[in-house]
Amino acid sequence: MAVHQVIPVTRAGHVAARMAAIADEVAAPAAADVDESGRFPSETLAALKAEGLLAALVPVELGGGGASLDEVSAGLVALGRRCASSAMVVAMHHIQVACLVRHGRNDLLRDYLRELSHHQYLLASATTEVGTGGDVRSSICALEVVDGRFRVQKQAPVISYADDADAVLVTARRAADSPESDQVIVLCRPPGLELEQVGEWNALGFRGTCSTGFVLRATGDAEAVLDDPYGDISTRTMLPVAHLLWSSVWLGIATDAVDLARKFVQGEARRKPGTLPAAALRLAEVTVVHQQFVDMVQSSLSRYEAADSDADRLASIGFGVGMNALKVSASTLVVDIVRECMLICGLAAYRLDTPFSLGRHLRDSIGAALMVNNDRIMANNAQMLLVLRGE
Amino acid sequence: MTVDETIRQVLADHGRLAVPVDTLADDADLFGAGMTSHASVNVMLALEDAFEFEFSEKMLKKSTFESIEAIRTGVLEMTGE
Repeated sequence: MAVHQVIPVTRAGHVAARMAAIADEVAAPAAADVDESGRFPSETLAALKAEGLLAALVPVELGGGGASLDEVSAGLVALGRRCASSAMVVAMHHIQVACLVRHGRNDLLRDYLRELSHHQYLLASATTEVGTGGDVRSSICALEVVDGRFRVQKQAPVISYADDADAVLVTARRAADSPESDQVIVLCRPPGLELEQVGEWNALGFRGTCSTGFVLRATGDAEAVLDDPYGDISTRTMLPVAHLLWSSVWLGIATDAVDLARKFVQGEARRKPGTLPAAALRLAEVTVVHQQFVDMVQSSLSRYEAADSDADRLASIGFGVGMNALKVSASTLVVDIVRECMLICGLAAYRLDTPFSLGRHLRDSIGAALMVNNDRIMANNAQMLLVLRGE
Repeated sequence: MTVDETIRQVLADHGRLAVPVDTLADDADLFGAGMTSHASVNVMLALEDAFEFEFSEKMLKKSTFESIEAIRTGVLEMTGE
């Protein structure tokens, strides 16, 4: 008798729709408190976990949602509209998941993805290090591997939401005698993970990401080292996925600002029918820029999905330059759009106590150009353009 | 200078390797020896200058520059020797 295996298929659009619903129902009411208190958006994360959404990018055969990056991006835009801190936490988690899915091929890491899907683990990341001047492509700390077990200690200036994460992906030199650029990523998790907090996170925006510094000490099975060198993981997956998902969060912030500006102008129009409100033209202008932003994120997603299975294409200079351009554009556009919307709504946006207040949007948007500084990204592009052929 | 000598000279000048280039075998992993992706760009530019050619788009990938052997293959392919 033939046995039919039932393969669960996630309905297209399900992940984005559920993330959007949680954004409205859970993230929105908590957003002001998350921002004011600078606290982790625990209710949003609990709601996402309850629906299995932290494993959205994990393949179905490993127990995940099997969703496309496109869908997660749409969900992050929705979440970014309501609470940018929540959206950024979720984006950072999915970036780590994407790296594990593509570059964690050994049995231990495959099993971990199954476990992550089952328990809805939240992943954090420790790529920066005290003493490297913000260059994530070099490490000072090194893995020490003895009898199949690794040990590492890292001074991390930032590990976002580390206290609420179930594991941290950590970059380090491959071994004590490796040069700074010969890096690996290792999955560090309890009970072999110890975090000692250094300082506080009291920042202008993205206050709910709780991006404090830590001294990280970890030990574990050496199989927890991802199978490809960090340089390859960064070029092919971490960098493009990060730029795509961050841009989605920033697009969410910009989209909410434009929504508020439109409501404001419509309110003015209702008060004086027959007269075009003073800010209506500015609204039309900012809507053009917003559409550029939407289309840029969408076309970059398409470019990524088209190159997805082609390692050479993902590693090509043209692709890297394009993904860096996306980050620089998106992080610039979000500030431009919020500022324009501020002019449209005027004092109603400047004040902190009106339905049109854009204070949080503005504070969050400023962070976009700084998290991996645009100057550093432009310097990388400048270097790559020395050899781009344009064929 | 032979092709190999020129490649080794370029690596010594621009590879920013963690070890002296003459300690490396032809098949040694240059990225493992500390060459960063930035340094590999400079190596590439210097090779193009030394051998008077341009790498084609399809050769502009990490694997072309991963070892002295790989660079030699790339250079000989582009110079048609």
